[in-house]
Amino acid sequence: MSTQVIPRPSFSHRSSRWFSRNLIRIYAALAFVYLFIPVAYTFAFSFNDSGKSNLVWKGFTLDNWKNPCGAPQVCKSVANSLQIGVISTVVATILGTMIAFAISRHSFKGRKTTNLLIFLPMATPEVVLGASLLAMFLNLRINPGFWTIVIAHVMFCISFVVVTVKARVASLDPRLEQAAMDLYANERETFRYVTLPLVMPGIAGAALLAFSLSFDDFIITNFNSGIESTFPKFVYVSAARGIPAQANVIGSAMFFIALIIVIVGQVVSRQRKKS
Amino acid sequence: MAFLHGATKSKSSGGSTVKKRSLTPYLLLAPGLIWLITFFVIPIFSLASTSTMVRPQGSQIGTYVQELRFANYVDAFLANQEQYVRSFLYAGIATILALAISYPLAYMIAFKAGRYRNILLVLVVAPFFTSFLLRTVAWSQILGDEGPVVTTLKLLPFFDDSIRLTATPFAVVSGLTYNFLPFMTLPLYASLERIDPRTLEASGDLYASGFTTFRKVTVPLSMPGVVAGTLLTFIPAAGDYVNAALLGNPSTKMIGNVIESRFFAVVDYPTAAALSFTLMATILILVTLYIRKSGTDELV
Repeated sequence: MSTQVIPRPSFSHRSSRWFSRNLIRIYAALAFVYLFIPVAYTFAFSFNDSGKSNLVWKGFTLDNWKNPCGAPQVCKSVANSLQIGVISTVVATILGTMIAFAISRHSFKGRKTTNLLIFLPMATPEVVLGASLLAMFLNLRINPGFWTIVIAHVMFCISFVVVTVKARVASLDPRLEQAAMDLYANERETFRYVTLPLVMPGIAGAALLAFSLSFDDFIITNFNSGIESTFPKFVYVSAARGIPAQANVIGSAMFFIALIIVIVGQVVSRQRKKS
Repeated sequence: MAFLHGATKSKSSGGSTVKKRSLTPYLLLAPGLIWLITFFVIPIFSLASTSTMVRPQGSQIGTYVQELRFANYVDAFLANQEQYVRSFLYAGIATILALAISYPLAYMIAFKAGRYRNILLVLVVAPFFTSFLLRTVAWSQILGDEGPVVTTLKLLPFFDDSIRLTATPFAVVSGLTYNFLPFMTLPLYASLERIDPRTLEASGDLYASGFTTFRKVTVPLSMPGVVAGTLLTFIPAAGDYVNAALLGNPSTKMIGNVIESRFFAVVDYPTAAALSFTLMATILILVTLYIRKSGTDELV
């Protein structure tokens, strides 16, 4: 870099300096564009007046949004995914939170084995998780269906819940619980009125994560679903002939709902910090 | 003595973390761990058992009996070597690309975003609220033969009309890169964000240039994030079959596609099981070596 003082740097000089100073911001902006291209595409084509296969743009319509169940099987598969998601989330969040508290607040034998057992499902490719569960169900002559999907989803969600809740418990200020004890709260009261409310955002985050993992899972579900349909499975199966625009409506709606939940959560937590 | 007694007492209550040997931790652990053992550990053994089964001659499709035929592994591997190697190759390239895209992105969010940090983090995750499959289908249409990219490229003089983007290795690898990007960005961000800015200033005070600081201070301190991110990208990418199925063609098939079709289309459970088992073993070995080499054992 020259340190010579030039009275008025030329426009090209200034713009090249601006460019090099903001290079990383430009790069990041391009990365965001890349991330959002398929989302924008999905959203745009949810307004396509497409008929059955949604491959080419044929004109703008609001019909798909007015009648998201218009295409056969879309809403049935979404309803299935929602049910499976809710049941799996509740079970996995409870089981995972219990494990997280045991790990971060108690000493017990077999800690290393426990940690390994939590870590391994996250380090195993989904095909293997799906295939091994199916192998077991086949060996036991159990027909895969709704409940085998729930079992599988709870299984792979538990680890993620444990990791999320554990991080929150670890970040707690121990002095708060100490203060409660000093004010004559017993162990149970301290947990009920101090620890649990403080860990709650972590548990809520873990539940959201579990739900989105369950709702979006395809590979493990595909192995263990039999003839039961879920939303991702519906998209995969109909991809060959072109998915109906109603699927884009569902996908875009999910996007906006999740975005609103996250933004509201952030605003609420920020206001709590202020007060 | 009274003094000593008081000291130990205050020590035991001072931690406030309730750490005493009791039944409680085991009761808290039991339901979740039993679930994981029943539906994760036992199935792995079940898979191992299926992998050495044999179909008796003249029996119905889908009936297999245990004969401990370990040659199944050799047969399965020899028949699918190509897809096997391809899976690791594609996953490796996708991981490197994802790292190249994510590092500057995570760096920018951690150090240059100021008060927009949280919003940008939400934006990194936001695309993943639209279904993974819908986004992959969207890519297949964007890059498809009648899609906007190919149509534009055809207008340019240096591409002839036979140009295709889908049904190529390029499409599969970019699909893999795209789909696992936040798994790379988030751990990178987490480890970059933890760096104390004063260490970077100190480096500058010691006359290190910006680039030297980056290379000698920032990168080493962000290594845990790099390791976590590459693992979280590589593992699911190596086992994925959705991208190859939606964006590829028969010559870009990965091992996941073979496992799926062995299970469902061919009903050849032993081969599928042997392939899954080999895949898992290979990944576990690679991951262990990688973690050893990069010297970060505190991933769990």
